[in-house]
Amino acid sequence: MNVTLLKSQSKQIENTQTTHIEKQFVYKTTDLNLWYGSTHALKNINLDLHENEVTAIIGPSGCGKSTYIKTLNRMIEMVPGVKTSGEIQYRGRNILDKSYGVEDLRTQVGMVFQKPNPFPKSIYENIAYGPKIHGIKNKKVLDEIVEKSLRGAAIWDEVKDRLKENAYGLSGGQQQRLCIARCLAIEPDVILMDEPTSALDPISTLKVEELIQELKNDFSIIIVTHNMQQAARISDRTAFFLSGEVVEYRDTTTIFSNPTDKRTEDYISGRFG
Amino acid sequence: MSKLVDKEIVAKKMPSRIIRNQIFKGLFFLSTLFGLLVLGVLFYRIITQGIGYIDLDFFQNFASRRPENAGIKAAFIGTIWLMVVVAPVSLILGVGTAIYLEEYAKKNKFTSFIKLNISNLAGVPSIVFGLLGLTIFVRAMALERSVLAAGLTMSLLVLPVIIVASQEAIRSVPKELREASFAMGATKWQTVLKVVLPASIPGILTGGILALSRAIGETAPLIVIGIPMFVAFLPKTIMDTFTVLPMQIYNWTSRPQAEFQDLAAAGILVMLVLLIVMNSIAVFIRNHFQKRY
Repeated sequence: MNVTLLKSQSKQIENTQTTHIEKQFVYKTTDLNLWYGSTHALKNINLDLHENEVTAIIGPSGCGKSTYIKTLNRMIEMVPGVKTSGEIQYRGRNILDKSYGVEDLRTQVGMVFQKPNPFPKSIYENIAYGPKIHGIKNKKVLDEIVEKSLRGAAIWDEVKDRLKENAYGLSGGQQQRLCIARCLAIEPDVILMDEPTSALDPISTLKVEELIQELKNDFSIIIVTHNMQQAARISDRTAFFLSGEVVEYRDTTTIFSNPTDKRTEDYISGRFG
Repeated sequence: MSKLVDKEIVAKKMPSRIIRNQIFKGLFFLSTLFGLLVLGVLFYRIITQGIGYIDLDFFQNFASRRPENAGIKAAFIGTIWLMVVVAPVSLILGVGTAIYLEEYAKKNKFTSFIKLNISNLAGVPSIVFGLLGLTIFVRAMALERSVLAAGLTMSLLVLPVIIVASQEAIRSVPKELREASFAMGATKWQTVLKVVLPASIPGILTGGILALSRAIGETAPLIVIGIPMFVAFLPKTIMDTFTVLPMQIYNWTSRPQAEFQDLAAAGILVMLVLLIVMNSIAVFIRNHFQKRY
């Protein structure tokens, strides 16, 4: 991998004062362990994720990166036989605590999936779904939310004349941006993205990447990706997962130009994975 | 490189392989033909026998000892009354059970044991359900030989079919759609109501209608609970007694006079048309509302 190119692409990460450090983190993960039945999938994860940044999680297949991101909005609970220990604080509250309402959490933390998964409804209804389930019924407000979300996901111009048409008529890339728009419609604080471009062609991928760059001004984004160049292009910080552990976590420029751990270096230089 | 596939053997085997293929094609065709022929003969007999009796009077007259005055008014209206009870009861209970089993119940051994038993219940002879209805509804709940007792018994009979069909329809909704809904903070009920049910309703309705058409044709459970075969009045409430088409047909076929046999054929024709209409609706729903994922 061309290290000098990566350096020039990435941005300077501001150093913040310690007094503001609490506000800066959206997630603080402490000693997180996770088991699928008897398989130990996540081992002592300690990871603090920053506000208004793009955090990339990279690593080979089966390293636990998808498992980790799904723990952040507790979607992992849909898998039978999952057990966790440790703590994940979201804005100061432990989300693994059973008293934390999962609906409440997911209202704050949106998610975009690997495969575009629009509902078999119209484009309008896809976006309005989230606000509607949270009790927003005013047609005018819904109209505004739909337009704002679609504009936010840079797809408004492509679909504004066909809002009543079925979302399945859109191309794969458009569907994924629609799913991002659907996620924006509930105005979340954090957006989790689980390999959002792995099912897309290069041009659609580029569009989604540009979109992520814009979105980070308003949202904190955590993205799992298979694609190291993508992590280097769009993220501010990168965590490298291997066999359920965090091997290295630092700002993207450093991890790609000057990794401390031998395994990280091997992975990003393409020697395995 | 030496060749392991002997071209001579291949060439020698070729004609017999092809002939065998032809033989099996013929055998399968004959099997199909057998069923079709029997069905054709049945249709022919029923139509030639019964068509002459089908007129307005046939629908407007009650059962009678004189064949020329006999009609299916009580039985036809009775069948509709029965459906009025069976359709809501079995659909609400059946779809509710299917939703619970697929969406809410924990996936453990106990749940799969229950699911297995429900599938088995679909194969239990209908007369057994009749005995169950006699014990519970007619005697224990003292509903007598009413539309309600018969309707509840029939609902029990078709419930397993509706549950299994609904479960399959619900299971065929991709899990990605559920995930999308849950990830936005929707509750399970909101997800079921707004995502799962709209996507599975064609399958549920198809299964439901097919189950109802089974209920229309069933006689055994009604005989067991003592529904009369000869009725010369219409039920006024669901607590009144009544009769249904297959009971009326059964009654006529057991009479010695030839005219009653023809009346039975006419009754069968009416029932067949009713069933064909219902099954066509099921097919229409399946084709029209089917969504691609």
